[in-house]
Amino acid sequence: MTNSVTPSAATVQDASTAWPDLVTAALLGTDRRPLATAPELLDRAALQAVRRRAGLRPGLPSAPTGTGDAEAPADARPPLPEAAARRLAMLLPGPDAPSGGAGSLANISELLPQYLTAAAGHGYRAPAAQVPPLLDAARARSELRTDAVRLAGPLGRWLAERNPDWRYVLRTPLPGDADLPDERLWQEGLFAERVTHLTRLRRRDPAAARELLRSCWSQERAEDRLLFLDALQERLSAEDEPFLESVLSDRSKNVRLTAAELLSTLPGSALALRMAERARTAVRLTVTAEGRRLTVRPPTACDAAMLRDGIAATSPTGRADRAFWLGEILAATPLETWQRGFGPPEAVLALPVSDTWAAELREAWSRAAVRQNDSAWARALLADDPSADRAAGGTAGGAARLLGVLAPAERARWTAAYLDRHDQDAHSLGEVFQLLVACPAPWPEPLGDAVLRALARVSAGGGYPWSHSGVLGVAERALAPEAAEELDALAEGAGSAWAEMFTRLAATLRLRATMLTELAGPTGPAAPSIP
Amino acid sequence: MEDRWTPEHVLSLAPDAPSRRAATRLSAPAPWSGTGCDTASGAAAVWGECEGSGSTPYRTVVDLTGPTYQCSCPSRKFPCKHALALLLRWSAGAGVAQDEAPVWAATWLSGRRTRSGQKAAHEADTSSATPDEASLVAAGRRRERRAARVAAGASELEARLADQLRGGLADAPTQGYAGWNDVAARMVDAQAPGLAARARELGAVPSSGPGWPSRLLEEYGLCHLLATGYRRVDVLPEPLAATVRARVGFTLDAAEVLRGPHLRDRWLVLGARDSADERVTTRRIWLRGSESGRDALLLSFGRPGVGPELALPTGLLLDAELAFHPGARPLRAVLGPRFGAPVPPPPAEAVPDGLSLDAALDAYGLALGDDPWLESWPVVLRQVVPAPTALGWELADRSGPAPAAIPVDRRGTPDAALWRLAAVSGGRPITLFGECGHRGFTPVTAWYPDGQQIRTLGVTP
Repeated sequence: MTNSVTPSAATVQDASTAWPDLVTAALLGTDRRPLATAPELLDRAALQAVRRRAGLRPGLPSAPTGTGDAEAPADARPPLPEAAARRLAMLLPGPDAPSGGAGSLANISELLPQYLTAAAGHGYRAPAAQVPPLLDAARARSELRTDAVRLAGPLGRWLAERNPDWRYVLRTPLPGDADLPDERLWQEGLFAERVTHLTRLRRRDPAAARELLRSCWSQERAEDRLLFLDALQERLSAEDEPFLESVLSDRSKNVRLTAAELLSTLPGSALALRMAERARTAVRLTVTAEGRRLTVRPPTACDAAMLRDGIAATSPTGRADRAFWLGEILAATPLETWQRGFGPPEAVLALPVSDTWAAELREAWSRAAVRQNDSAWARALLADDPSADRAAGGTAGGAARLLGVLAPAERARWTAAYLDRHDQDAHSLGEVFQLLVACPAPWPEPLGDAVLRALARVSAGGGYPWSHSGVLGVAERALAPEAAEELDALAEGAGSAWAEMFTRLAATLRLRATMLTELAGPTGPAAPSIP
Repeated sequence: MEDRWTPEHVLSLAPDAPSRRAATRLSAPAPWSGTGCDTASGAAAVWGECEGSGSTPYRTVVDLTGPTYQCSCPSRKFPCKHALALLLRWSAGAGVAQDEAPVWAATWLSGRRTRSGQKAAHEADTSSATPDEASLVAAGRRRERRAARVAAGASELEARLADQLRGGLADAPTQGYAGWNDVAARMVDAQAPGLAARARELGAVPSSGPGWPSRLLEEYGLCHLLATGYRRVDVLPEPLAATVRARVGFTLDAAEVLRGPHLRDRWLVLGARDSADERVTTRRIWLRGSESGRDALLLSFGRPGVGPELALPTGLLLDAELAFHPGARPLRAVLGPRFGAPVPPPPAEAVPDGLSLDAALDAYGLALGDDPWLESWPVVLRQVVPAPTALGWELADRSGPAPAAIPVDRRGTPDAALWRLAAVSGGRPITLFGECGHRGFTPVTAWYPDGQQIRTLGVTP
């Protein structure tokens, strides 16, 4: 027995046995492959193992995966203020933290979108270490993507070229994107990349985008043609009409319908004029002993010309075909047709309607007002109480769409008035959810006050907070921080479930205020510069 | 001028990610009152009161020299979110001005200093005191009994390994874990937990993917080496004998180690990494002496959910004495007396010196010469670019005439952590501390430039 772990002389002598031979002998067993006795083999294995480990050398670098530059381009934008950077780390869901922060005082998931919008608006760049979790978060929540991609900047794009999970970053167009769209992307890119390319080109040069699409139109698949056509919605003009007219003869029905819908939003288009012609035949002003009224005679058949203009032969929804055709015609008819014939929108809406067609007319005009972005008509349609129409097919969703046509301040004013008008109706709050979503955030004071009054009413009325989670969710995003005090007061007098809800809402509002102050930086609020 | 810690340093003290989030949330001004700090008079403390869910605010005080923490909250985490939030506020300079400590904070601070003084005195006492003869005899008998048991276990393991090798390892994958788990249980009975862990590992290797025969034979060899080494432990040179004993599973308690020689230095906190199983959370903290150049590893244990007690801010310098566990290649150490609070290093030393990939592997190889059972050795790499490749993540150095790369050891490092590393690098070389071993490099801390600043990133926080 020797005095150390140094292997015996015999072992050293045989230490040169190649490692693969040792492994083979060990696999087969020393009984079958008597290279050495088992303990000797183990001695040699130990020596070789240490030798192998101690002799490890670096290898040659492999080619990194991904495309593009080896180094991320520099980002000259200012970094987030320290406090705001730490706030971001807190708001982003981590692998170990339940999103929203379990049992936290404030609802964090509602704050992240606002944080990102504000931070991107200030023109900051995200800290490098936060870019991966930021991209992960926006991958899971697509509504965060535009702001997340802006904050992540060139580093985000560089990472996305390497990690397939973040491929969406390369497809997310940025408002005011300065780089020239890459023609290669159109020729070789994935479908979504091509849509992005077309969308960006359309923003810069509408005619060029249209011509690009026209140049290869016939080679594209029907489902692709449909989405490419959607890209033309932005900056649509009379110049697009000839192309869209030609698409009305497309092989695919959905493509035809989309082209027709686009044309109908061009008030001067030939399609719009054809529709107006049909509309004037179907809806006439008649004068009777009781006064003026609208007489409605929907078409009795869908002829070839109507088919070509994007009207389906049969109703897809189960409504009567005639009512459906009427709706399609009116929705595509320029609203000024009625203004010219029968007077301003309020006057037209006030006219009595023959038979049972009143609801159909309203519904179609609503669609037309939204499509044509006509605020005068939207205002007039909203002035009639939409809830009164609920039974007749009007929905809060329809009102919300009309609301979207109005200027932001007007939306808030209208919704506040609506809330106060319905102060006796305990159920009204849940139904205004979509209206509130359509209002600009943060809510102007009158709207915030109206929402607080409504919340006070439903809590006093014995409703359950969780049946109003939609409204409370919007409130977390949109109530002004000043409302926190009032919520504290509400919490004092409310039952425990509501008290908890009000406290949590107040905490969220306060956290939001802190968050926005931190983003403004230690030197005080800088003017947000939105490129 | 006082040296406030950066938020990164403060957050590196957090026991886990939820604490880090909670602390950030609490670092808003709203819940705090009566905050102040005293870093001028040598007291080195920060304090404040934090409004919580209770009727009275929590009182939090941090002694920066430890750092040690005191908070009246019921949290079992250490440090608690209030202490971290308070340090964050101090680090931001937000409303934490130089002041005289209020009575409640001063009482705790002076009490703590007295206690730690007494503890030091007590330790000095016990180290010089000679235990009475009877207890010495009893302890000696216990030691002998255990040594005999371990020796029996080691020779059983040796025989078992040789047996397996006679029959051949080819059907190891079909034998599964059970056989070696039984052996591991017998090693536990033999009071040799180190051998038990190796035996368990032997059961796992055959299912570890392609190339297992080679890895299995390496482990067999090293296991055999340890078992035979223990058989001869009495005749081995003392440092090597200590290494063998430690590998087999003999432990020394901290007080025992502290009775040995101390090394005072300004220790740079290179980084920390936690690993948890169902029974215990283990925190490893690596230090490097700025005078001695010695590497040191501190271990701290905590029950799950509580967090180990020891937490040192990554990237700061700590003036302290360490006592090393004996061994042929001393690394593990125990923290002895500290002299003042951890301070940021001078700007010139903000980034630690690093090695080339070649030199890093050499450092591991050299360490293996002393302790052949080492899985890895702590090193700082300079100028490496972390990147995903078709073969997995690797660290590449293209700065020299011959480009080189080593693989990243993926065990215990999730994808998300590696992408964060790639993001802070952005394809540019960074300084990276971690463990360099035969399975690759395990990243722990990165130093990277951000504008004019040098920042640190804990790879697996």
